[in-house]
Amino acid sequence: MASSPKLDAKIPEGPLAEKWTKYRSTVPLVNPANKRSLEVIVVGSGLAGGSAAATLAEMGYKVKVFCFQDSARRAHSIAAQGGINAAKNYQNDGDSTYRLFYDTIKGGDYRAREANVHRLAEVSGNIIDQCVAQGVPLAREYGGLLSNRSFGGTQVQRTFYAAGQTGQQLLLGAYSALSRQVGYGSVEMFARHEMLDVVTIDGRARGIIARNLVTGELEKHFGHAVLLCTGGYGNVFYLSTNAMGSNVTAAWKAHKKGAFFGNPCFTQIHPTCIPVSGDHQSKLTLMSESLRNDGRIWVPLKKDDNRKPNEIPEEERDYYLERRYPAFGNLVPRDVASRAAKERCDAGYGVGASKMAVYLDFAANTDRYGKTEANKQGIHNPTKEQIRELGKAVVKEKYGNLFDMYQQITGENPYEVPMRIYPAVHYTMGGLWVDYNLMTTVPGLYALGEANFSDHGANRLGASALMQGLADGYFVIPYTIGVYLSTEVTRMSAEKAKSDSIDKLKTNHPEFEKALSEVKGQIEKFFSIKGTKSVESFHKRLGKIMWDKCGMARNRKGLEEAITEIRALREEFWKDVRVLGDANEFNPDLEKAGRVADFLELGELMCLDALKREESCGGHFREEHQTEEGEAKRDDDNFAYVAAWEFKNVGDWELNKEELKFENIKIAQRSYK
Amino acid sequence: MGSGNGQMLNLTLKVWRQKNGKAKGSFETHQVSGISTDMSFLEMFDVLNEKLIHEGKEPIAFDHDCREGICGMCSMYINGRPHGPKGGITTCQLHMRSFKNGDTIIVEPWRSAAFPVIKDLVVDRSAFDRIIASGGYVSVNTGNAKDANNILIPKTAADAAFDAAACIGCGACVAACKNASAMLFVSAKVSQLALLPQGQVERKERVLKMVSQMDEEGFGNCTNTGACEAECPKGISLENIARMNREFLGAELTTAKK
Amino acid sequence: MSKGFLKSSIGKKMVMGLTGLFLISFLAVHCFVNALIFFDQTGELFNQGAHFMGTNWIIRAMEVVLFAGLLTHIFQSLILTLENKKARPVGYAKIDGAANSRWYSRSMGLLGTLLLLFLIMHIYHFWTPSRLGGIANIKPLEEITYSGNVVYHNLYAEMINVFHNPVAVVLYVLGCISLAYHLLHGFQSAFQTIGLNHKKYTPAIKTLGAVFAILVPLIFASMPVYLYIAYK
Repeated sequence: MASSPKLDAKIPEGPLAEKWTKYRSTVPLVNPANKRSLEVIVVGSGLAGGSAAATLAEMGYKVKVFCFQDSARRAHSIAAQGGINAAKNYQNDGDSTYRLFYDTIKGGDYRAREANVHRLAEVSGNIIDQCVAQGVPLAREYGGLLSNRSFGGTQVQRTFYAAGQTGQQLLLGAYSALSRQVGYGSVEMFARHEMLDVVTIDGRARGIIARNLVTGELEKHFGHAVLLCTGGYGNVFYLSTNAMGSNVTAAWKAHKKGAFFGNPCFTQIHPTCIPVSGDHQSKLTLMSESLRNDGRIWVPLKKDDNRKPNEIPEEERDYYLERRYPAFGNLVPRDVASRAAKERCDAGYGVGASKMAVYLDFAANTDRYGKTEANKQGIHNPTKEQIRELGKAVVKEKYGNLFDMYQQITGENPYEVPMRIYPAVHYTMGGLWVDYNLMTTVPGLYALGEANFSDHGANRLGASALMQGLADGYFVIPYTIGVYLSTEVTRMSAEKAKSDSIDKLKTNHPEFEKALSEVKGQIEKFFSIKGTKSVESFHKRLGKIMWDKCGMARNRKGLEEAITEIRALREEFWKDVRVLGDANEFNPDLEKAGRVADFLELGELMCLDALKREESCGGHFREEHQTEEGEAKRDDDNFAYVAAWEFKNVGDWELNKEELKFENIKIAQRSYK
Repeated sequence: MGSGNGQMLNLTLKVWRQKNGKAKGSFETHQVSGISTDMSFLEMFDVLNEKLIHEGKEPIAFDHDCREGICGMCSMYINGRPHGPKGGITTCQLHMRSFKNGDTIIVEPWRSAAFPVIKDLVVDRSAFDRIIASGGYVSVNTGNAKDANNILIPKTAADAAFDAAACIGCGACVAACKNASAMLFVSAKVSQLALLPQGQVERKERVLKMVSQMDEEGFGNCTNTGACEAECPKGISLENIARMNREFLGAELTTAKK
Repeated sequence: MSKGFLKSSIGKKMVMGLTGLFLISFLAVHCFVNALIFFDQTGELFNQGAHFMGTNWIIRAMEVVLFAGLLTHIFQSLILTLENKKARPVGYAKIDGAANSRWYSRSMGLLGTLLLLFLIMHIYHFWTPSRLGGIANIKPLEEITYSGNVVYHNLYAEMINVFHNPVAVVLYVLGCISLAYHLLHGFQSAFQTIGLNHKKYTPAIKTLGAVFAILVPLIFASMPVYLYIAYK
């Protein structure tokens, strides 16, 4: 298989371990004076966007940052709980750049680019250094050194954390760096602004159209480069662990303007989420993977066992992960754990009123901690109750906020009864296709963080999203953007004499006006339909189709049906949606209408991608392709590629393939047994 | 479904409606029925909004995003308290099991001159961003950092800094304070960085700039009622305010006027 | 220290706290001297104490500082209250203040106003005749001579005289209650304002504050009650 000529990943030559170092030292630079006249637009203010914007501004570029939330600090990176990986080997347990690289490629089921992942592993340590320097209060040991914990899919302790709020702390670090530049005037911040289109001129990204969400005004913004750091599209499933506002619109508009979409069907279903409690459910809440360090997952051995969990004796419990995967046990990667939970529930062993849940039980480890604590405190012959109380205190220190969160939502006390958990949509490995420079197929248009497809293959390991977002923003784009912007410097000087050059016209260029009127047209259309059904109701229906037919397990028949159903739903949406209020005011319903309209197109592409990928890998599980033991069965001969979809028309795409070459890792059956 | 003990509630809601920042607002009364006790407070609002849309009326605007208590976006003043009747949580974490059938619930936006209303229950909290931008950071450019373990930080200091850094910037402290003071928010950031070795270099300058920006934004003055601490969803302590007072006095006493 | 300090919100609060602490120290002295009435039914001990307070030049000098401190405390509170009103131009329809704070911590302005009214009455009753007696039409206090031929103001007799009126007794007791609540918040609040909040010491400060806030006004309040009953 050869890669499509339309896709040039621009991976540098040379040995894997030297590619980045050498490339970084040889890429074209932009001199400080020229940086001051180059404008960069950053859409999204999460880990990727915040860190990129701050760093680019520090370097001297003129930066504009857009986010739909009321503050840059609220981007959904804030909700990441468990931690961030880095190959520091502080625990002296044999970690290294290579091992992190290897774990990530294997964890991604051999569907990620070697060069990108190795670079990620290389810069992982710098991220921790940078964040600590900013004052991010990562957890410490008593000796004052940084503390680490374990995460799924690895056998070393390389995860840095700040209680169960690591994402929050890292984001606030990036936000503070960004705020510093805002204070200096080097970054212009546009909160409560939503990007509604990319403006391209002669095939290059030249700016965006954004809607001021407070006044409803449509604004034109010029940039020599546009960075999309807009996160993932998990909300296409309606129910997910994403924030309510998380959406695909920025990426989707870019896609429609020529950016290829990579591996759209690769979705991560996180195994430990609080189960759905009813039709009213608006979102799902994750319980950090770190809980699997101390929680044991089980279901009753008997079907339809209606006893309370604490009444079920040890020998009548099935610790199915420990049974199936003795080497990794409860710490298998997310895709494996999720599928195993689904398998048990589908087979009738599920628990709780809905029977769509499994137990995550802390009793055994609470007692273990209790005993250790009793020894530490010099309590001889402690009673069972004493041990339990001491153990609870330890568990509380480690996971207190998560336990509280669980109790708030379910009304049950997880210190006393096991948590009930079930998988939920969490992260999308797919995203805009980018080359080694993080540039999409549209010159000047970049995608960073979860918005791109690049580093996690078909399944992301825990604590790697924070790592990738910050790597892209702090340590990759600041170098790679120079490759393109240095050519812009040349162009600008060549066009200096032209009276109608892009740099003189800026937003007065007719392409801006054209894009603006298209956006306006769509908004007017929403109001003109005057249908009978709410935007929300369409989103819910789309989510159900996606979850049932393009969720944890997929098959040909279901996917084909889904495509038909989504097309029909899309048609109905454009005939019968009801959007109230006015365009020239704060109107959350209108915002949502635009987002759902894009999800209705994306959903179809996801199903199409899942249909075309006739193999199972990572989060993509095709029922037709499994081993006898029910494990995912890859087809490396035919599918070791990135599917990069080119938009032709709504409902019409062309598939381009980027071949994945594994030169440093022996591609193998992924086993966690 | 779920825990299976969900009951249904019928409630009366009195909600503040205001077309925009300039318009005059007023309360609107709505009846909602069939509200499951398993629902979150915001899901109850979703139900109400669906009903309004169905009736052809404009839905109620309210801020919300992560719905798991960490983004700090949700901001409702419910029955006289920010984030409602339960302490230690945000509006999105409030569940309907905290209410009884037949209850009347009054919902208002945060009230503060520094947080002008944008629409209905949505307010503008950008004052907080400007305070952070005035000095709530450590000036370290990307790439300037040394190895993370070169800075030893006692666990107690790291934990105390973390407790202060847990602030989600929701503004409940301002909403709860009878003076609409932002001292708890500002002091949380000042404290976090004052407690860590990384924050020492800019320690004095930071507190002076941040307090000055806070005053400029039009927040009220702290009278130590402790309402902010009691209503903070993340349990940020009043100790931080005392620490900021100390830091501020120290900085004022030892900084020569430029 | 820059001029900005006194204009900053924290600076203004510190002025409140420091003047408050100063006034507290005055209360302690005032309470001690007045409590002498309980130890000598003839009033000689008390009159001697009052005489010392009225004639010692350091105390007299401090009296000026005291008035300055009191006025600063009052004016600063007015400024702060006005600013705080401005910080919330539109109020809430419903406030459940009891859920997050004590009523008296939210009512310092009201308690302070009551105290001010009380203070005006109190100054009129005792300070004016003892310091300004004889000037213009102000009736001076009667005099009394003890051993050594030193002439004292008979402030003790004036107390008996004032507290002969049950209305005055009730007003004084009410004033002391206001004082108690004002102190209950003010004492520990002043320490918080000047930055003294520490896990190790704050509980002790709070206890001391509560004891002071109850004990001192209680002793003060018992004076009119005692004199009213004793000289009925």
